[in-house]
Amino acid sequence: MSGRDAARRQFLAWGAGALATLTIAPGVLLLRPVHGRAPEQAVTGKARWGLLIDTNRCAAGCDACVTACNRENGLSGATRETDAQWIRKVELRDPRTGRKASLPVMCQHCEHPPCVDVCPTGASFRRADGIVLVDKHICIGCRYCMMACPYKARSLVHEPLADQQPDVPRGKGTVESCTLCVHRVDRGERPACVEACAAAGRGAIVFGDLNDPASAIARRIAQYPSVQVRADLGLNPGVRYEGI
Amino acid sequence: MKRVLEAVVVGAALATALATGWAISQERGAPAGRVPKPAIVQARGDKCVEPVEFMRRSHMQVLLHQRDRTVHEGIRTKGHSLKGCVECHASAATGSVAAEEGDFCRSCHSYAAVRIDCFECHASRPQAVAGGVKP
Ligand code: HEC
Ligand code: HEC
Ligand code: HEC
Repeated sequence: MSGRDAARRQFLAWGAGALATLTIAPGVLLLRPVHGRAPEQAVTGKARWGLLIDTNRCAAGCDACVTACNRENGLSGATRETDAQWIRKVELRDPRTGRKASLPVMCQHCEHPPCVDVCPTGASFRRADGIVLVDKHICIGCRYCMMACPYKARSLVHEPLADQQPDVPRGKGTVESCTLCVHRVDRGERPACVEACAAAGRGAIVFGDLNDPASAIARRIAQYPSVQVRADLGLNPGVRYEGI
Repeated sequence: MKRVLEAVVVGAALATALATGWAISQERGAPAGRVPKPAIVQARGDKCVEPVEFMRRSHMQVLLHQRDRTVHEGIRTKGHSLKGCVECHASAATGSVAAEEGDFCRSCHSYAAVRIDCFECHASRPQAVAGGVKP
């Protein structure tokens, strides 16, 4: 077999493998190439990343998403007022019916984020693909954004840190919040909380591109009722909830 | 009389300092010039991401440019990334680029009286061995 033939065979073999992972069954695409962006390509507004959280599948007492978030991002997991928390589990109870619901609340990645409006230095910003971030190189720790956020999603780092995760630099005197695991999203992975929720057998969190009508998240939102928390504020969060 | 004594003491101190400086530069294998040079630990790999002459002078521009492109535009090329510098330049002794005086990013900086805050947030050790030393 000539070298060219070998290369051709290898190519065909890869092709077959790729198809196998993409098409589990007719019409069911498991690994859609939604994150198809090369490292040197800048983000565009084509995609808008979001989360859909099904509170019917979320259990009170389960904090798999929170611990995964802490591990991924190097948070201590302590919950004093001065500790950074990127996801909080919130328990709801309707006093009239007694119905209870449990849900994770993190940065809601608003289309019109108040944290960005109030930031005096331009550190708080919304990336083209809808992820709301803090550029900690510019953040002066004034905490206006923490005041402005209706979801209490942001934290200030109060103490010096050591041994941070290489992918997630964090440091004293700067504000931070859920980044939607931007470092993972940029390499084509799902956020840590989504993985952990699925691994815990709940699959209550769906991550995907709200702008792509064929994505699992967009199809589910189109088909079933879901709400944005404090939709009355008109911020158009990228995180939506089912069953509350 | 007191003046003279002072001058002698200062002179002696200076001579000692110079001699020590010379001895150190000898020890580090620097050319036997009179100017001491920083001792820079050996990097992994055979060449830097840009010509060494350029990196010596302009690594800060390279880093700051990459920083803005990564944080705001999501561009994650390896070449100019700070994580990349750490992966190649962490010292064998501490596994870090900034844990001790002799580590890569500190050797020159303490010599040139530069202070950077990057490693208050950024990990100064490579990913695979966060907390350990690379073989
Ligand atoms: C692939 C591994 C690798 C990466 C990545 C890398 N370097 Fe280097 N770097 C080297 C090597 C090897 C040398 C020594 C080259 C020589 O002496 O010819 C070097 C030399 C240097 C020098 C000159 C040191 C001296 O001897 O004066 C500087 C400054 C430097 N690198 C900074 C950086 C910075 C900043 C980054 C990150 C943007 C970086 N390097 C990334 C391998 C690397
Ligand atoms: C207050 C914390 C903080 C400080 C201090 C800080 N950074 Fe960053 N840096 C970050 C965060 C957060 C990111 C975003 C990481 C991501 O999204 O992957 C980042 C990303 C970067 C990146 C792109 C990612 C990479 O590894 O290449 C570069 C380059 C960078 N910073 C350079 C610097 C330099 C140079 C300094 C020192 C002058 C510095 N940073 C100081 C928090 C900090
Ligand atoms: C070859 C010696 C040398 C090495 C090695 C070196 N630096 Fe530097 N660096 C300098 C000098 C000299 C300056 C000051 C230049 C000036 O002020 O014009 C500087 C300045 C900087 C600055 C700008 C500081 C400021 O306040 O403006 C940053 C950021 C920086 N270095 C990062 C790094 C990092 C990160 C490493 C390790 C990967 C590193 N440097 C390794 C010599 C070095």
